[in-house]
Amino acid sequence: MYIIVVGGGKVGYYLSQALLSEGHEVLILEKDAARCGAICEQLGSVVVRGDGCEARTLAEVGTERADMFIAVTDEDEDNLVACQVAKHKFKVQRTIARINNPKNEALFKKLGIDVTVSSTNLILEHIQEEVPTHPLVHLLTLKGGDLEIVEVKIPPDSSVVGKRMRQIVFPPDSVICLMIGKWGPKVPTGDTILEADAQVVAVTRPEAEGALRAALTE
Amino acid sequence: MNVVIMGCGRVGAQLAALLDEDGHKVAILDTDTYSFRRLPAAFKGTPLVGDGTDGDYLKKAGIEEADAFVAVTQGDNRNVMAAQVAKHVFNVPKVVCRIYDPLREELYKTLGLETISPTKVGAQLLRDKLVG
Repeated sequence: MYIIVVGGGKVGYYLSQALLSEGHEVLILEKDAARCGAICEQLGSVVVRGDGCEARTLAEVGTERADMFIAVTDEDEDNLVACQVAKHKFKVQRTIARINNPKNEALFKKLGIDVTVSSTNLILEHIQEEVPTHPLVHLLTLKGGDLEIVEVKIPPDSSVVGKRMRQIVFPPDSVICLMIGKWGPKVPTGDTILEADAQVVAVTRPEAEGALRAALTE
Repeated sequence: MNVVIMGCGRVGAQLAALLDEDGHKVAILDTDTYSFRRLPAAFKGTPLVGDGTDGDYLKKAGIEEADAFVAVTQGDNRNVMAAQVAKHVFNVPKVVCRIYDPLREELYKTLGLETISPTKVGAQLLRDKLVG
C-alpha cells in the first residue's frame, strides 16, 4: 500500500518505521528541514519537506494514488485540514487523523474524517487502568458501533455483593460477558452470585457507563 | 446583528470596530489579551480570551445566538476548523472564513464555506493598480 504520513514528529517517525517494516510504501511530509534530515538518515529517502495541508505539495507526492493518508502532527487543525484536502481534492479512500484535544473527536467524524485516534484519551485510559481504585476501566472501543468493553471491580461494600445476577437492574444495552473472581473467569448466568472484589467485564454504550458503574458499585 | 469574530489582529479589530459603529453586537475572540489593544477605546463589544476552534469558548462568545461568524486569525487551518465548527455544529446562518492559501480557499469554497483569500484579492488589486 502507498501510505502518506503528515508530520515527522515522534508519532510520525515510529509509525512510518513500523509501516516500512511491514513492506508498505511510505512517504512522510514534514515542514522542518532539520527533522527531515534526521528522518532521512534513519529511515532513508522516504521524507519530503513540505506542508501536508497544501494541495500543491500533495499533488507533487502523488496523493491521488495513496491508499491511506495519516495526519499525526500535534496540531488538531492541521490534521483536520490535511485529511480534508486529501479526501476531497485527491479522493483518498481512508484518512486517519490524530487528535490531541479529545473534544474534537465528534467534530472530526462529523466533518468526514474516516478514523480518529485521540492520543490524550489513549494515555488517560492506560493511566486509569493503573490506578487500582478506579471503579471502571475502558478495555476496548468496538469498531463501527458506539459500543465499548469495560471492566468494573465490585467493591466489598457494594449493595450487590451476595446477590444473584438476575436481581440486579442493568442499564439497557449493557451486557455482562465475563466475571473474574477467586475461582477464575466464568460466563455469568442469572444464578451467578456477585462476589466482593470480582472483576466484571461488560459491553455497554458510553452514555450508559455511569449507570452500569452505579449498578455494580453502589 | 450578533457577530462573533475570531482573531483580533489588524483585520479582526478593524472589522469589529466597523460593525460596532454600525450598531451590531460584536464579540471578539483572541488567544492573547495583548491583541485587544488594537480595539478602539470607544468599542462597546465584548473582547474574550479563548481559542475559537474550541466549542466551549465559542459558546462563551455567544455563538448559539450569533447571526454571523468570521474567522480571521493568522492560521488558515485554524480559520477553516473554527468556521466549520460554527457552520456545522452551531448552525450559524452566515459564516465567513479567511484563507491565505488560494488552493485551500478554492477547495473549501467547493465544500460550501464562504471564503476570502487576501492573497488572491490582494494580488489582483495590485495588478490592476500596476497595469489597469
